[in-house]
Amino acid sequence: MSTEPQSTIEPATRERERARYQVADRAPRSLAELVLRWESILLVLLAAVIIGNTLVSPYFLDLYNLADATYNFSEKAIIALAMALLILVREIDLSVAATLALAALCIGFLAAHGFGTLLLILTGLAVGLACGAFNGFLVTRTRVPSIVVTIGTMSLYRGIAQVTLGDQAYTSFPADYLELGQSYAIAMPPTPLSFLIFLLLAIGYGVFLHGTASGRRLFAIGANPLAARFAGIRVDRIRFALFTLAGLMSGLAAILLTARIGVVRPNIALGWELDIVTMVVLGGVAISGGVGTIPGVVLAVFVLGLATFGLSLMNVPGIVINVLLGLLLILSIAVPIVIRRFTGRAGRHGD
Amino acid sequence: MRSVLAHRELVLAGIVAAMVVGISLYAPAFGQRDSLLGVLNDTSFLFMMAVAQMIVILTRGIDLSVAANLALTGMLTAMVAQTHHDLPPVAFALLALAIGTGLGLLNGSLIAFLDIPPIVVTLGTLAIFRGMIVVIGGGSQVNASDMGENFQTLPKLTVLGLSSIFWIAAALSLAAFLFLSMTRAGRGLYAVGGNPTAARYCGIDPGRQQLLAYAISGAVAGLCGYLWVARYGVAYVEIATGYELTVIAACVIGGVSIGGGVGSVAGTLMGALFIGVIVNALPVMQVSPFWQMGISGAVILLAVVINARADRQEGKLILAKPRREAAQGRS
Repeated sequence: MSTEPQSTIEPATRERERARYQVADRAPRSLAELVLRWESILLVLLAAVIIGNTLVSPYFLDLYNLADATYNFSEKAIIALAMALLILVREIDLSVAATLALAALCIGFLAAHGFGTLLLILTGLAVGLACGAFNGFLVTRTRVPSIVVTIGTMSLYRGIAQVTLGDQAYTSFPADYLELGQSYAIAMPPTPLSFLIFLLLAIGYGVFLHGTASGRRLFAIGANPLAARFAGIRVDRIRFALFTLAGLMSGLAAILLTARIGVVRPNIALGWELDIVTMVVLGGVAISGGVGTIPGVVLAVFVLGLATFGLSLMNVPGIVINVLLGLLLILSIAVPIVIRRFTGRAGRHGD
Repeated sequence: MRSVLAHRELVLAGIVAAMVVGISLYAPAFGQRDSLLGVLNDTSFLFMMAVAQMIVILTRGIDLSVAANLALTGMLTAMVAQTHHDLPPVAFALLALAIGTGLGLLNGSLIAFLDIPPIVVTLGTLAIFRGMIVVIGGGSQVNASDMGENFQTLPKLTVLGLSSIFWIAAALSLAAFLFLSMTRAGRGLYAVGGNPTAARYCGIDPGRQQLLAYAISGAVAGLCGYLWVARYGVAYVEIATGYELTVIAACVIGGVSIGGGVGSVAGTLMGALFIGVIVNALPVMQVSPFWQMGISGAVILLAVVINARADRQEGKLILAKPRREAAQGRS
């Protein structure tokens, strides 16, 4: 900088002075910035998915079909909300699907022994909470990267489910419990309970993350955990809480999933952790932390969910759909980077 | 005591040896020569894949696509074998290496040139590679009878009671050891993982090192794909599903730091052997195979907690309690 001519330093100094005395609450909003936001790109993607599917299949824009389509992503999406907060603070939880399996196992066990719906729900939530708290305890106490810890607990939780259940399955549930997952919570427009819960939670998470001081603290931790600690934020306590929250969401998803499919096997929700991470990353939450929004994650959930639904309407096999979703994940991140290289503009906000 | 504990490889080797002795006392069948050689044979794939994964993790990366790469390359070579029975086994191995390296380079270029986080890239290519098996092969499986004799000869060779796959794993591990300790590129991998900024100032190109690491990872996964399909005599879509996590677990148990820059070939091999012994001991001890996952999970956590204690450094605590500092006589 010292080799720069005098004239270029002056505006820089002025900039710095202004920065010191006027701290804007938010970045100035311009049309160009709004268009280039990650959420806008997702919105365009979502529109493309909806228009494309409507043109190809006459069954796509059917209210009841769409309602049934939400079954396939709502449970994952509920966990994705908590995962978004974890990734935002530079953590990750790969054990969510295994936590779901363990919670589902306990629900199935108690259901098979004749316990009632309320107890089953409480059990699912409690088991999820306990698994999440154990993750949080290990991560905050041992200071081992959470990806390692949760790969371990993933094997542990699903291992317990496998040992207990072997090749058996729990198939008997109370009728009113199954009713939770197999009927519409609202008759018109037809809304399954799982989708309704997801929408309400998404609003809750959005308000918390973007509208409260506690939410802002998560961004601070994600941007720089050390600085956040020096700023008086209880980083470890928040980390612990977020892992516990992810466990709780997995327990909730276990309730909804078992009520919907009415059967518990040890391989329930196998591989979901990667689908959930895909939702969050496509939603614009940076793996390196500190960047991301709940609306982005919600949009990504819809893009992935409706694309999957549309492709399966066209009888595309599930594993081929995975190829397309994998491509979507990589391209959606690579293309903005390539564009930015050539134009020098920010495509993915933050960074 | 501390100096012994510092050599993680020795500690791990001691634990594995103690396990083998203990299991043999409980179930004498396990301690017999053939059974022990069988453990080494069965763990050969894990040896190779874990060492390759370690090289990626050294650069602060992770390769979640290895199992999908293995399955895709295995299927592709098997499909070539369907129409070209008379190619020599070496040709299949070279073909598998080429396909695997290509897939690895795809990962590497996205990571090195576009700066996309490795976990995101390989999560995507994991789905893509696995799905391409269906797209290309139509979801059908290739059976041993369709592959021809030549394709299946290599894994059937045995030397000193150990299969050729074990000897390939041994040769690859030795090569990896020499590469990582003796060559400029090998040391560069540690440098890039230890401190990317410092590495760049030293004239090491992090991008190039990453590309190299993912190419190696892909090449080994590809070779394993051919050997796997040739050994088990069938190629299908779900081969080695979820195996990537076992491979990473072997690395973690072997003391490879996910934070990059720390790890050794010997430790990784011990980590793989640890898992191999457990997997092979359960049926001998007449324990349900369903225990395997739970045990390996518990072991990973145990290793992690012990590692964390060993690696804990003083002075990292922020805003420590004053009483504690006074007790340690520091200002």
